[in-house]
Amino acid sequence: MKFRFVRLLVAASCIASAVAAHAAEVQVAVAANFTAPMQKIAAEFERDTGHTALLAFGATGKFYAQIKNGAPFEVFLAADDKTPTRLDEEGVTVPGSRFTYAIGRLVLWSAQPGVVDDQGEVLGRGDFRHLAIANPKTAPYGAAAMEVLRRLGLADGIAARLVTGENISQTYQFVATGNAELGFVALSQVMVDGKLTGGSAWQVPAGLYDPIRQDAVILAAGRDKPAARALADYLRGDKAVAIIKSYGYGL
Amino acid sequence: MITAADLAAIRLTLELAATTTAILLVVGTPVAWWLARTGSRWKAVVGAVVALPLVLPPTVIGFYLLVALGPHGPVGQLTQALGLGLLPFTFAGLVVGSVFYSLPFVVQSLQNAFEAIGERPLEVAATLRAGAIDTFFSVVLPLARPGFVTATILGFAHTVGEFGVVLMIGGNIPDKTRVVSVQIYDHVEALEYAEAHWLSAGMLVFSFVVLLALYGQKKGAVR
Repeated sequence: MKFRFVRLLVAASCIASAVAAHAAEVQVAVAANFTAPMQKIAAEFERDTGHTALLAFGATGKFYAQIKNGAPFEVFLAADDKTPTRLDEEGVTVPGSRFTYAIGRLVLWSAQPGVVDDQGEVLGRGDFRHLAIANPKTAPYGAAAMEVLRRLGLADGIAARLVTGENISQTYQFVATGNAELGFVALSQVMVDGKLTGGSAWQVPAGLYDPIRQDAVILAAGRDKPAARALADYLRGDKAVAIIKSYGYGL
Repeated sequence: MITAADLAAIRLTLELAATTTAILLVVGTPVAWWLARTGSRWKAVVGAVVALPLVLPPTVIGFYLLVALGPHGPVGQLTQALGLGLLPFTFAGLVVGSVFYSLPFVVQSLQNAFEAIGERPLEVAATLRAGAIDTFFSVVLPLARPGFVTATILGFAHTVGEFGVVLMIGGNIPDKTRVVSVQIYDHVEALEYAEAHWLSAGMLVFSFVVLLALYGQKKGAVR
C-alpha cells in the first residue's frame, strides 16, 4: 500500500512538472460583483489552457490603491470603466489591453418572497426599515443605486433608511441575512442560469441608471506573462461570454 | 483637512468607546473576580470564551453577530420579542459587538490584578469581621486600582481601534455607525488620501499616547 502511494506521488509530481513547463499562474484582481462568474470562468480557463488563475475578490477602489502600491496583480477586472482608464493614464497597464468584459445590471432584491414587486413600487411605499446599497462613493453599483433613487424622486425620503456596504458583496450579505429587508445588488449575485436563486426582485430598467461598464485591463506586472494575455483573450471567448451572460450581465 | 463628517466619526468613536468601557467594567468585574477565585472546572471554559476575541478575526465575530442579531437569529428574535427591534445598523448594535470584542482586554487585566492580591488581605479582612461586599469595596478595589486603570485604558483604546466588527454589523451610517476606522477605509477607497492621512495620523498619535500612559502607569505601580 505504502509503495503504491509513493509511486502515485512520484507519478503525480512528474505530470505536474511536465504541465508546469507550459502552464503558468496569473494573479487576478476581480471586482466583488463578478465573484461567481469568475470562479466558473477560471475553472474552465484552467481546463482549456492549463494556466491557473489565482483570484482575489474585493472592492475596485481598494484594488486601485493596492495596484498603485505595488500589488503583484497581472490582470484587473474592475467594477467600472473609470478605474482601469485611470490606471491606463497613469501608465501602470499594458497599453491597448483594456476592454469591456461585462455590463453590470442592478436589481432590487429581498431574501423574502413577496417583499419586492416586479415594478419596484415597494420603494415608494416605504414599508421597510433598511434599504441596503453599496457605498455610492466607492462602488459603481452603489452610485447606480443612488441614481435610480434620485430619478424616482425618493433619494431624500429614503436617506435615513440606507445602510451602506463597503462593496456589493457586503451589501448582499446585509440583505441575505435579513438585516436589511431589501437592497440594490448586482443581478449576477441573485441570478444563475437566467433564474432568480430565491426571494423576490425587481430588475431595474436600464433607463434609470447609466450602464455599469466593467472594464478589464492587463497590468504592467503581467506585461511579459503569456498567461495574463491568455486570460484576457479567454474572457472575450464564446465560452466565457456565455457564462457571463448566464449571470445576467449585458454584453 | 478634517471635515465635518470626520469630526462626527471621531465623536461617535469616542462615545462608543466610553459606553463600551463603562459596560465592560461593570460586567467584567464580577467575571474577573470569579475567574480569579474559583476552583470550578468551568473556569477553563469561561476563560476560553472570554479570550476568544483575541484569536478570532474581527470579521468572524462581525459575521456571526450579523447572523445572530438578525431577524432570523436567536438574539434578533429575542430583541424583537422584547420590543427592542433589531440591533444591526444601530449604535446599540455596535456597543454589543464592541463589548464582546474588547471583553478579554478588560477581564484579563482585572483578573491579573485580583490574582495578584492573594488570599492574605481577604483573610485579614475576614478576621476583622468584614462582610464580602465590604471586603470587596474596602480592600480589593483599592488594591486592584492599577488593574482597573489598565483595564479601562485597554478597553477604551481597543474599542477605538475596532474595524472589522463595525464594518460587518454597522452599515456605515453617518452619526450612527460610521466610526473613525470605517471613515478612514472610505477615504482610502475613494482615493482621498489627504483626508485618510489626517485621520490615520491622529489615530497613530492617539494610540501611542494611550500606550505611553499605560506603560508609565505600570512603572508607577511597580514602585
